[in-house]
Amino acid sequence: MATETFYDVMRRQGITRRSFTKFCSLTAAALGLPPAYAAEIQNAMETKPRIPVLWMHGLECTCCSESFIRSGHPLAKDVILSMISLDYDDTLMAAAGHQAEAIVQETIQKYDGNFILAVEGNPPLNQEGMSCIIGGRPFLEQLKEAADHCKAIISWGSCASWGCVQAARPNPTQATPVHKVPGLADKPIIKVPGCPPIAEVMTAVIAYILTFERFPELDLQGRPKMFYSQRIHDKCYRRPHFDAGQFVEHFDDEGARKGYCLYKVGCKGPTTYNACSTVRWNGGLSFPIQAGHPCIGCSEDGFWDKGSFYNRLVDVNGFGIEANADKIGVTAAGAVGIATAAHAAASAVRRARQKAGDEPAKAHDFEGQN
Amino acid sequence: MASTPVDDTPQGEPLVYVYEAPVRLWHWVNATAITLLFVTGYLIGSPPPSLNGEPSAHYLFGWIRFIHFSCGQIMAVGIIFRFYWSFVGNYFSREIIRPPVLSRKFWKGVMLETKSYALAEHSSRRYVGHNPLAILSMHVLFVWVAVFMVVTGLALYGEGEGPGWIHTVFTGPVLLLFGNNSLTVHTWHHFGMWAMVIFVLVHIYAAVREDILSREAIITSMISGWRKARKVTPID
Repeated sequence: MATETFYDVMRRQGITRRSFTKFCSLTAAALGLPPAYAAEIQNAMETKPRIPVLWMHGLECTCCSESFIRSGHPLAKDVILSMISLDYDDTLMAAAGHQAEAIVQETIQKYDGNFILAVEGNPPLNQEGMSCIIGGRPFLEQLKEAADHCKAIISWGSCASWGCVQAARPNPTQATPVHKVPGLADKPIIKVPGCPPIAEVMTAVIAYILTFERFPELDLQGRPKMFYSQRIHDKCYRRPHFDAGQFVEHFDDEGARKGYCLYKVGCKGPTTYNACSTVRWNGGLSFPIQAGHPCIGCSEDGFWDKGSFYNRLVDVNGFGIEANADKIGVTAAGAVGIATAAHAAASAVRRARQKAGDEPAKAHDFEGQN
Repeated sequence: MASTPVDDTPQGEPLVYVYEAPVRLWHWVNATAITLLFVTGYLIGSPPPSLNGEPSAHYLFGWIRFIHFSCGQIMAVGIIFRFYWSFVGNYFSREIIRPPVLSRKFWKGVMLETKSYALAEHSSRRYVGHNPLAILSMHVLFVWVAVFMVVTGLALYGEGEGPGWIHTVFTGPVLLLFGNNSLTVHTWHHFGMWAMVIFVLVHIYAAVREDILSREAIITSMISGWRKARKVTPID
């Protein structure tokens, strides 16, 4: 195997050393590392052989790839793709058909136990995986085979991490997130949820793995802490309006024009862990809340099954009709209220009859329970 | 274990010191906290109408949330204290916290009281503290709901606070239990609120009803601590 480093590849692609150095410092900053690490990243890029990556696509919409190739990072579209030695990505590669599938086998043989498996989308388990066929066989098989030989797995996006829309109720194909696929080789998995994840988050995660040859620190759910340890709400620029009690009541009201908090129109920012309010999208241009739309919580597990995007109270199924916790609560409390009133009336009637002598009032039994 | 009757009324019915001062204090602090928690909690779910003007001039939602968090933490400390008091307090102090669920006599009492409340039978038994049905309903509908609300509440509080011990102890594990989704925890916290409302309705109704029907000062006993007892019947 050729010992071509990331730096060699970049130079070959016509990227200047100045641009390369800038990329390293920006990556260090994006990862939240001290400035000294820029040199470390640079050193790693100059000396380490490129790690091959197989980028597989299951049931998905390719929004992760679309996001990834639009990394607003100055060099991302030129560099990151070369940097990771993307050996196989059926939506981006020039090869097709048998030629493309042969690359998977080649990588597996050549870099057994040393390549990164990036998964976009997830496999459906029903009908023996027939709902997603890649190169003539179920994606489930391709995924399992690659997982057997890889070093680690990156679960790109909400599909691979949680299941996303194809796993929403009733999930007819039984689409299953990567870490829940039965029989999958026990390899370290990093989840980078979002629909899609932020481009800079994706490139930063890859850069970290390449630089330090390990995953960044993960939270309990397997997401990199550096991007997923805070909620959208915690860094939202509309937060002062939330604390003040200034809300958008309707999308066409005065509050909406003034940029008030979108909580009352269903913003899921307070329950969503992602970096949108800090990193933002399209090169830091904007993010949904800045554009006046509530966060829909796309990086959260099961966000399709949590009721309307425009309501804070989750719909609860299983009651025949759509209901939320407040409707159910008021109904239950009302029923109990009526029951106590009825019980009070019945008690009063009984007592009145006792007093009138219709019923003999029994002497209180003081014998205890025996 | 039952307290010794201390005082005799003119009718020869002894007065018993049922609720010690810390228990009474806990009860009323809780009652206040829960009322405030309900009002502020409901408003957090369904906020009041939007305010106008500069955001720096207002802190309405901040105050609502501050009151909610403060009362929740008071309730949490209260529960820890009350659990401790069930070990050092008098016989009645452990009734609702650690009920004798392994005692057959207790469950027989629950059955008898249920029949009595269903008006199928005249209430025939006297308990100085709570009757077995009251103990069971308070243990399940109050104690466990309160613990659930404190745990889920601290988990949600930890989300805002960010990494720290509350996040480590409550937020992380609770989120895992609720399918990794904070919104689901919110929904269950909401259900818990309504369970508490139902408890409050039943609790107040039962206390008022007993106060009238049994000719015993049930309600004032939570203020003075003393209750008239015709005969002390231990529940286990």
